[in-house]
Amino acid sequence: MSLRVLVGVKRVIDYNVKIAVRGDKSWVETANVKHSVNPFDEIAIEAAVQAKEAKLVGEVIAVSCGPPKAQESLRTALAMGADRAIHVEIPDGSEKTLEPLAVAKLFKKIAQDEKMLAGLLNWPQGTFASKIDLNAGDKSLVVTREIDGGLETIKTALPAVVTADLRLNTPRFATLPNIMKAKKEAHQEVHARRPSASTCRRASRFSRSRSRPSARVVAVSPTSTS
Amino acid sequence: MIASALTTTARTAARRTAAFAANRAVATAPAARTMTSAILDPTIGLNEDQKQFFEMSRAFANAELAPRMQELDILETDLPRDTLKKAAELGFGGIYVDPEFGGSGLTRLDASLIFEALSSGDISTTAYITIHNMCAWMLDSFGSQELKAKYLPAMTSMDLLASYCLTEPGAGSDAASLMTTAKRDGDDFILNGTKAFISGGGQSDIYIVMARTGAPGSGASGVSTFLIDRREVKSGLSFGKKEQKMGWNSQPTRAVIMEDVRVPACHMIGTEGHGFRYAMKGLDGGRINIASCSLGGALAAVEAGMEHVTVRKQFGKPIAAFQNAQFKLADMATELASARLLVRQAASLLDAKAPQATAYCAMAKIAATEKASQIADQALQMHGGYGYLKDYKVQQFVRDLRVHQILEGTNEIMRVIVSRELLKE
Repeated sequence: MSLRVLVGVKRVIDYNVKIAVRGDKSWVETANVKHSVNPFDEIAIEAAVQAKEAKLVGEVIAVSCGPPKAQESLRTALAMGADRAIHVEIPDGSEKTLEPLAVAKLFKKIAQDEKMLAGLLNWPQGTFASKIDLNAGDKSLVVTREIDGGLETIKTALPAVVTADLRLNTPRFATLPNIMKAKKEAHQEVHARRPSASTCRRASRFSRSRSRPSARVVAVSPTSTS
Repeated sequence: MIASALTTTARTAARRTAAFAANRAVATAPAARTMTSAILDPTIGLNEDQKQFFEMSRAFANAELAPRMQELDILETDLPRDTLKKAAELGFGGIYVDPEFGGSGLTRLDASLIFEALSSGDISTTAYITIHNMCAWMLDSFGSQELKAKYLPAMTSMDLLASYCLTEPGAGSDAASLMTTAKRDGDDFILNGTKAFISGGGQSDIYIVMARTGAPGSGASGVSTFLIDRREVKSGLSFGKKEQKMGWNSQPTRAVIMEDVRVPACHMIGTEGHGFRYAMKGLDGGRINIASCSLGGALAAVEAGMEHVTVRKQFGKPIAAFQNAQFKLADMATELASARLLVRQAASLLDAKAPQATAYCAMAKIAATEKASQIADQALQMHGGYGYLKDYKVQQFVRDLRVHQILEGTNEIMRVIVSRELLKE
């Protein structure tokens, strides 16, 4: 049973664009504005695809929760080397009310549907990763994290959640043949159920989960970069 | 307490922004964000795939071509092989060559989009990539299976670089009067003659040469096409001095001199006597390619002009507040959009093998190359004194774009072609 990676991608306003607020102050201007895949998501896809090329991981699955146009981001992920893409489609325009907790719950459901071991909660996490070492043998992950004040290295068991930071890698360009192949690759469409109250509610209460396995800190080093 | 927390977060944020700019090689020295506008967006009207081709090519241009554009120009280096290899890895080495031998199997329209995107980063290097693509296409379209199998994989991966050799010191626009001869000698042909202004000359490995196999004075029907593999030539192949040019300085331009150069007969591409026809077919596409390079260069020039006039202030206002600058920009955008439409239509006609394709390719070349030079010139003017300095890219756009009105058929010859097609039957 090989490891599999679920990567979230999101179609966002291109970082080069000057953000403008709509006249009625309801949201930012998105019509006719250049969008692209969130650069951090590209870095995450690159890390997953590199792990697959190093045969540490068996399958890379890209997920996006968004309106129909989110498919563009999924196609980019496929063209970069993801094996499959899942589009959780929400109605056009409702993306601004999609709360982070709802997205987390959608991910949890997908992870369960994909039978990726236990549910999402109770997994350890390594965030702001600037370096990842995956040891498929003893099912562990060593993650170097960028924190204020320097670098912190932690070791976690698998499965785990990792978030990518800028210096993790430089994402590859999709090649022309891969862009054409991505067009043909089947990707599943999963329609979000009619948003229930829980998907719209912001998380208002936090509690420490007593039984969550923690990550062990291995090393902390001060910043040496300029 | 709160104050120190903010400082830490601000520091992290600043570190991230710097890391990101370095990571993606986004901007050149001053941290300027490229001015873009939805109105100038070249992906308007394209389908999903075409948009992806364009976006990916533009990302590559911004990351790999734009940062070195000025350095390669000033140093007048040979072709940057490492950059070309990276381009080939993405499939740019044989964009409309059959996938059987490593090509990407795309259409002329796709190629036009890709070249437009790439040349917004570096016109000169992209122009060479188009020439290489044209050579690969000629081999793919007309060469024997053996010759294709021997050379196309290495050409599409850009392990071997190719040059297109038609023009001679005495035969420019009057290409059919070319005088390089190819005489049969057993299993070989012996080539004698000189080709002029060859892009990549001296550095390229493969030379696609149009030579006269027919009798003197036989005109177009006496010309055949040969593939010279420089590594296999024992003697007689030499190159003139590297020309010092106004632009296109990231590629060497030299004369190619053949003195009793032996070429195996199996290196003739296609049929004897059809070489001129192949060359002209190659040039139809070549004209779309050069026109597309002009579009990309013009796009970069308009963006640079817009950036400057929004930032530069005189008389208490940014120059963009003055109607003269506004009207100039409006004209530039209009001309660019109209040229782009013509280029893309010509590419589509070529893909459809329509009878009007040749005329439209010529029209597109006229429109795009002339308008692009005007746009770049205006963009330079908008920069004021700074436009004249080599620190700023806009003068290089002007210099690089200028030759597009001359090569792959002068715009005068383009007018000959269009009027001939118009007035025929």
